Amino acid sequence: MSWITKTLTSTIGRKIIMSVTGLFLCTFLVVHLVGNLQLFKHDHGAAFNIYSHFMGTNPIIRTIEWGLVLGFGFHIYEAFALTSRNKSARGAQGYVSNHAEQNSEWTSRNMGILGTIILIFLLIHLYNFFWRARFGSLDPDINNNDDLYSLVVSSFKQWWYVVLYVAAQISLGYHLWHGFRSGFQTLGLNHRKYTPIIKYAGYVFAVVVSAAFASMPLYFFLFTNEKGELAANAPTLIHAVASAF
Amino acid sequence: MAGSNPNAKPMNLTLNVWRQPNRHTQGKIVEYKVKDISPEMSFLEMLDVLNEDLLRAGQDPVAFDHDCREGICGSCDLFINGRSHGPEKGTTTCQLHMRKFSDGDTITIEPWRATAFPVNKDLSVDRSAFDRIIQAGGYISVNTGGVPDGNEIPVPKDLADRAFEAATCIACGACVAACKNASAMLFVSAKVSQLSLLPQGQPERKTRVENMVAQMDKEGFGACSNIGSCAAECPVGISLENIAILNREFLTAKATSNNLA
Amino acid sequence: MLLDSKIPEGPLAEKWDKHKFNVKLVNPANKRKYDVIVVGTGLAGASAAASLAELGYNVKAFTFHDSPRRAHSIAAQGGINAAKNYQNDGDSVFRLFYDTIKGGDYRAREANVYRLAQVSVNIIDQCVAQGVPFAREYGGLLANRSFGGAQVSRTFYARGQTGQQLLIGAYSALSRQIAYGKVKMYTRTEMLDLVMIDGVARGIVTRNVVTGEIENHAAHAVVLATGGYGNVFYLSTNAKQSNVTAAWRAHKKGAFFANPCFTQIHPTCIPVSGDYQSKLTLMSESLRNDGRVWVPKTVEMAERLRKGEIRVQDIQEDDRDYFLERKYPAFGNLVPRDVASRNAKQMCDEGRGVGSTGLAVYLDFAEIIQRTSADAVSQKYGNLFAMYEKITGEDPYKMPMRIYPAVHYTMGGLWVDYNLQTTIPGLYATGESNFSDHGANRLGASALMQGLADGYFVIPYTIGDYLAQTPPKPVDTQHPAFAEAKAGVQARTEQLLSINGTRTPDDFHKALGHLMWEYCGMARNAEGLRHAKAEIQRLRKEFWSDVKIVGTGEELNPTLEKAGRVADFLELGELMVDDALARNESCGGHFREEYQTPEGEALRDDEHFAYVAAWEYRGENVPETLHKEDLQFENVKLTQRSYK
Repeated sequence: MSWITKTLTSTIGRKIIMSVTGLFLCTFLVVHLVGNLQLFKHDHGAAFNIYSHFMGTNPIIRTIEWGLVLGFGFHIYEAFALTSRNKSARGAQGYVSNHAEQNSEWTSRNMGILGTIILIFLLIHLYNFFWRARFGSLDPDINNNDDLYSLVVSSFKQWWYVVLYVAAQISLGYHLWHGFRSGFQTLGLNHRKYTPIIKYAGYVFAVVVSAAFASMPLYFFLFTNEKGELAANAPTLIHAVASAF
Repeated sequence: MAGSNPNAKPMNLTLNVWRQPNRHTQGKIVEYKVKDISPEMSFLEMLDVLNEDLLRAGQDPVAFDHDCREGICGSCDLFINGRSHGPEKGTTTCQLHMRKFSDGDTITIEPWRATAFPVNKDLSVDRSAFDRIIQAGGYISVNTGGVPDGNEIPVPKDLADRAFEAATCIACGACVAACKNASAMLFVSAKVSQLSLLPQGQPERKTRVENMVAQMDKEGFGACSNIGSCAAECPVGISLENIAILNREFLTAKATSNNLA
Repeated sequence: MLLDSKIPEGPLAEKWDKHKFNVKLVNPANKRKYDVIVVGTGLAGASAAASLAELGYNVKAFTFHDSPRRAHSIAAQGGINAAKNYQNDGDSVFRLFYDTIKGGDYRAREANVYRLAQVSVNIIDQCVAQGVPFAREYGGLLANRSFGGAQVSRTFYARGQTGQQLLIGAYSALSRQIAYGKVKMYTRTEMLDLVMIDGVARGIVTRNVVTGEIENHAAHAVVLATGGYGNVFYLSTNAKQSNVTAAWRAHKKGAFFANPCFTQIHPTCIPVSGDYQSKLTLMSESLRNDGRVWVPKTVEMAERLRKGEIRVQDIQEDDRDYFLERKYPAFGNLVPRDVASRNAKQMCDEGRGVGSTGLAVYLDFAEIIQRTSADAVSQKYGNLFAMYEKITGEDPYKMPMRIYPAVHYTMGGLWVDYNLQTTIPGLYATGESNFSDHGANRLGASALMQGLADGYFVIPYTIGDYLAQTPPKPVDTQHPAFAEAKAGVQARTEQLLSINGTRTPDDFHKALGHLMWEYCGMARNAEGLRHAKAEIQRLRKEFWSDVKIVGTGEELNPTLEKAGRVADFLELGELMVDDALARNESCGGHFREEYQTPEGEALRDDEHFAYVAAWEYRGENVPETLHKEDLQFENVKLTQRSYK
């Protein structure tokens, strides 16, 4: 093995891949979230469809998309590789009594479960939106863009999809709660001054990102009609917030 | 006969103890009762009582590692009620006292569990993997004699203090035992930090971390998931910060050393 | 047999340099043809093994621990002395030498102690280069403190964990040589006998404590660095596994044992709380800098306190007896260890002890806390207070600590000459296992110094002198002497296992410890010692007919290990008593009640007892023969200590 493969297959090397891909995926979440905020515009999805058309056709985006695929791929692959190594490090005979909850956070110990939930969600999510937008045939909207918006709205009107979506966002939130600061720790980006800031920034990031994503299906499920228009009987607060978009 | 507290009531306890004849034989939990345990006793003194009882009854006493019984040698290594060194923070098993338990309690006692720490017998495990990691580079290569005067190597107090804090590791293995991944990163990082912080450690800084991590992996320890159980259970308070330093040292060394192997 | 200490000729300050020039050297190409066995991996052993391997010898190192780093040197708290004079306060090699000789109550060899003071400065340099994180000043230079009543600040330290840091330094040097293949490390391996061929040490017999395998190991020379024998008292500040077995087996093969009765009692230990007590914990002596030692003025009040009828807070200032301050106005609470210890015992013997057992005195920090603040006290002693609270469950910020003396260090050990060679050619003893440097009493922060001096800077020179005169042909374990020694070890193991009596090894150990503490502890008298001798003999007989061990010799069997060690302690104990009986004077840690000044201070008899008592083993149940090495004092004037 060359020094590169040796480095990247060492325990720390694998963790470095985890953290680099994880933090890269965090930037993807930001872009995805910002784009998705177009859903809240009161334009029957015009802006959202422009955005999705751009994302589907722009050559730069399409190139970066491959980076994203690799990012997910490595993140998931390394997660399996590390988990299997870690399991064998503990050995066949585990503890009869183990109270890890007294010395660590649940989320930190269960990144694999959280990640798996997110992965299942991701596959369904990709099939439902990405696959159908890219390879299926959607009706055109008023600007003659593929009307992904209507698909989103109709999806979010199905209770099971909303449940899945929200559950996945809660998992994502917990995943980020640990993952954000952990990524910095693994890269050795640690300083007595900045680490506490990174830690709290990570908490804020986790909550904001997952809450914002979860708010979309909830908004359409609870407060809009079949066309995505805000229902008149929705709470005043929702009206007030929606008017900001 | 209690020492400081004449009112301390003796306790009766049930112990679930891991018994295993040797490395190659499967073990199991065996239940024992101990009576009249003084709250003033240390945990190991409680086990002494059990062992004396067993011995008098012609049964094999429970093997466990211990030596200094003042929390510094790092020999004692019991996993008590699901925690490395038991429920009290910042405490080795030998410094854990029975006043932390109550009459009628059931206490489960297991050895450290890690592939890299095979069981010798009962509660005693083989931690020589730690020694081999140190042998891979946990030192500064100076021979006896021919060194400069002590004061010719000034070390800023701040660095000296941080190096000292990392150097207080007692190599008990509580970190490995507590870690979900049986990772030895806290142990390795404490030594890497200590030596990379000090000016004396600079010449071998890169090879040291490369070799120690390679050995750590070879021994079969898991990777770090930044869970923090290790630092939470460390009896001497080695900080997680050291693992970040280890990661940084490793990354820097791999990226910049001339070592192509 | 005439004891030849081999002290080099010439002025004191030149002896070591001259000797280093005069010793024979081993050709560098030949060094790899020599094998050296080092038993023990504490400061003395690890440093010796590493240094010898660096020179090119093939070293086999042995420890019964699971790792060399666990040796009991690790528990030393206070610090390590060195005559660096970094503080510009008038320290010098001669002053450290002088303090050590005087502190040892003039029962140590001048030349050895002077060499110790000389190499002390190299030790610090060596440890710094290894990365030992000593305490530093803000300017980045090494910090010092004054320790154990010394008039100069010459103690280097790493918070309260100096021993740990120094041991890890030596362990790392050792680890490096293990990695190079120059040291073959045998962990969890206990030395059970010395092998001699034609009157010289040629190897050892060991038992792997995990598998029970008994093995022979051959070498051209054997170094014992096996520590002290304080555990003969059962309760001591020594680690549970510390034992005399290796040294004792060497003694029985012909190595003289010197000054066995010189044991040091440390005044500030956490008292015994019950019969189950397995060991005692030392609290650093530095506590006496600020704590005030007292007991209630009257026996009646002490009794009510012990019964819990009154609390310590109920005792008025006027009813407290600050006995050290009262008796020694000049030094007060800072009198030397032996004086402080004896006075505490005296108070308890009078019935004025505190705690439910009545075997404790108070060490009170109320005044300093009031004068400064709890925070200031915590800065200085935080870790010690926390340790005390962990063990006793009492908060020393609110309640005075209870302390009592405990056995801490043994100045006696295998007799060695200036080269650290025992009376067996090719067998060396270093660190606490020899008797050489501390006389009748060891000064604080000197044990670490001696261990490292022997291992890093003495043995590497002196062993070369011996090896250079030994042909470099391999030593063969096929020699009948090995088979014989191994058979002896096996027979003894089988004998122990076959007794199947009723009392556990710990039972016997406790009984022995009780006898030693009562009759050969802080204060001794001829009558008590004679009683103890008879009792020990009786106990030993009983041991060999009634000890109970279960299991086999072919497995990890801590009871078997323990029994073997107790058997040796039962023999050593008697020798200690003999030695204490033969020394009709009081000096340092040896206080014979018959020999004291009208004020109750130790009364030395330099005219008759300025010698090292070296005992020769002559067979089972045969009295040992006393040999005397007269001590010559050419550079210091013998004075009586006074702390009034």
